[in-house]
Amino acid sequence: MLEVKGINCFYGDVQVLRDMSLTAQQGEILCLLGRNGAGKTTTLKAIMGIVPARSGSIALNGESLSTLAGHEVPKRGIGYVPQGRRLFAEMTVAENIEVGLLTRGKGEETREKVLTLFPRLRDRYRQRAETLSGGEQQMLAMARALAIEPNVLLLDEPTEGLQPSMISLIRDVVVSLKEQNVATILVEQRIDAVLSIADRVVFIENGERRDEALAADLKDNLDLIHKYVGVS
Amino acid sequence: MDLGPQLMLASLDGAVGAAVLALTALGLSLVFGVMRVVNVAHGEFFMLGAMIAWFVASNIGGHPAIGFVGALIIAPLLVGAIAASADWLILKRLDYEPEATIVATIGLLYILQQGALVTFGPVAQAVEAPFNHRIEIPWFEGSNVGWGLFTTSYKLFVIAAAITILLAVWLLLSRTKMGLVMRATQLDRETAQAFGIPVEKVYALTFGFGAALAALSAVLIVPIQQADYLMGGDPLLLSFIVVIIGGLGSLRGTLIAALLIGMSDGIISVFFTPTLAKIIATLVVAMVLVFRPQGLFGAKAQ
Ligand SMILES: Nc1ncnc2c1ncn2[C@@H]1O[C@H](COP(=O)(O)OP(=O)(O)OP(=O)(O)O)[C@@H](O)[C@H]1O
Ligand SMILES: [Mg+2]
Repeated sequence: MLEVKGINCFYGDVQVLRDMSLTAQQGEILCLLGRNGAGKTTTLKAIMGIVPARSGSIALNGESLSTLAGHEVPKRGIGYVPQGRRLFAEMTVAENIEVGLLTRGKGEETREKVLTLFPRLRDRYRQRAETLSGGEQQMLAMARALAIEPNVLLLDEPTEGLQPSMISLIRDVVVSLKEQNVATILVEQRIDAVLSIADRVVFIENGERRDEALAADLKDNLDLIHKYVGVS
Repeated sequence: MDLGPQLMLASLDGAVGAAVLALTALGLSLVFGVMRVVNVAHGEFFMLGAMIAWFVASNIGGHPAIGFVGALIIAPLLVGAIAASADWLILKRLDYEPEATIVATIGLLYILQQGALVTFGPVAQAVEAPFNHRIEIPWFEGSNVGWGLFTTSYKLFVIAAAITILLAVWLLLSRTKMGLVMRATQLDRETAQAFGIPVEKVYALTFGFGAALAALSAVLIVPIQQADYLMGGDPLLLSFIVVIIGGLGSLRGTLIAALLIGMSDGIISVFFTPTLAKIIATLVVAMVLVFRPQGLFGAKAQ
């Protein structure tokens, strides 16, 4: 179980997260919703140890993550799909996946598993990541994160700019991970994509957690969504 | 002597210079590529390599080859360790901020230079080559064969050794786990860390490795040149020229530019003066910066 308790994060002197708290259980899909600049990406970066938390704590199954060196965090089983994918552009598909495999020393079996999830990557295996289409790049970003065999998966706007068939492929993968007891934290702008798979939704505004709701309840009552996201 | 034979000799010396320059510049290029640090102290690591080579060779007795092999192992390791600790103690604390690291490495330049002066003294030192056979080069003139030209086996060895090391570095970067980790850090530091790569260690390793390459090329060249505490200037200038012309961080560009600059430096030095060679090379850099700022083979800035 991932537990974020009252973290405060800054970029220089500017405070971006204020007393942010959230939890994600095994096999749960937690969604973060909020306007542009609300602090969703920063929350994920704080979990990854990329942005330090000045106070508060982050723990995975009781082990503190916020006191670890940044590169130790993913080794505890946290996979990260960054906003904008952030692939290693000049490296091949194979090498990008290899970096993921190295994180926790996974091997051939894991490689086969992620390539089976995304067969398209197998056809593009020796191609440079920057030459892939947008959808293929997103698959590669997912594959790289899944190559660490995560217990917790952080997804930052994975469907940005993708066509419906690609979105449903990514959704299927997330749902199948849920069945394997992976905890997923999903940042997403598309409300419809969220409500159909999320268990819980946390609303963020100005770097603060403002509200929380079960996804099932939001389907009939869109008030919260209107309030914090402004669209339906 | 005719132009032909003289040109041939100059080209051979140029090739030796180019080989060593390629190695030195590769170190500078790697450090910039991975860490975005402009290492102004790079020439001093070259100088340290040469001085340590002399120190080791003159303290190990026996055949010159024993001292040379000793220097070949000890100098790069020691210089690499010094550079890695400089990274850990200084550059890391500056958070690798570009302007700050330039100033810091200028400071490092003087520290290393004066340190070498105090430790090894002001006198230029010679190192004996491990072997140095005279190799005659036949020269055809009309129907006559002339034998006035010669080179040494050691010079040919330097060229071969540099090529071997360059190939090894290329294999290391493109085929090994360590190379993958270095390239990932170069391309995206933050994401590399999010996949378990200890970027600070990679930085220290890269800085040490870059310095070790400079030291290694210095060990190769000291039996031909002499070692003194002020010798770091030329390799620094030429490495910068090579790296700028070739494109920062581009391995292929570095090699081609080293060949170009090394050869022309050798040839112009023989026919005119070494100073003119440097003037022309610097002029070429200015032209490249004006017309193709990313270097001949560098990728466009993102
Ligand atoms: N590297 C940075 N340096 C300074 N400020 C930053 C940096 N990254 C983000 N910020 C600021 O922090 C705030 C939160 O940014 P964040 O990226 O977390 O928002 P977000 O909720 O992910 O937005 P979006 O939906 O647009 O992706 C914004 O005001 C942003 O300008
Ligand atoms: Mg964001």
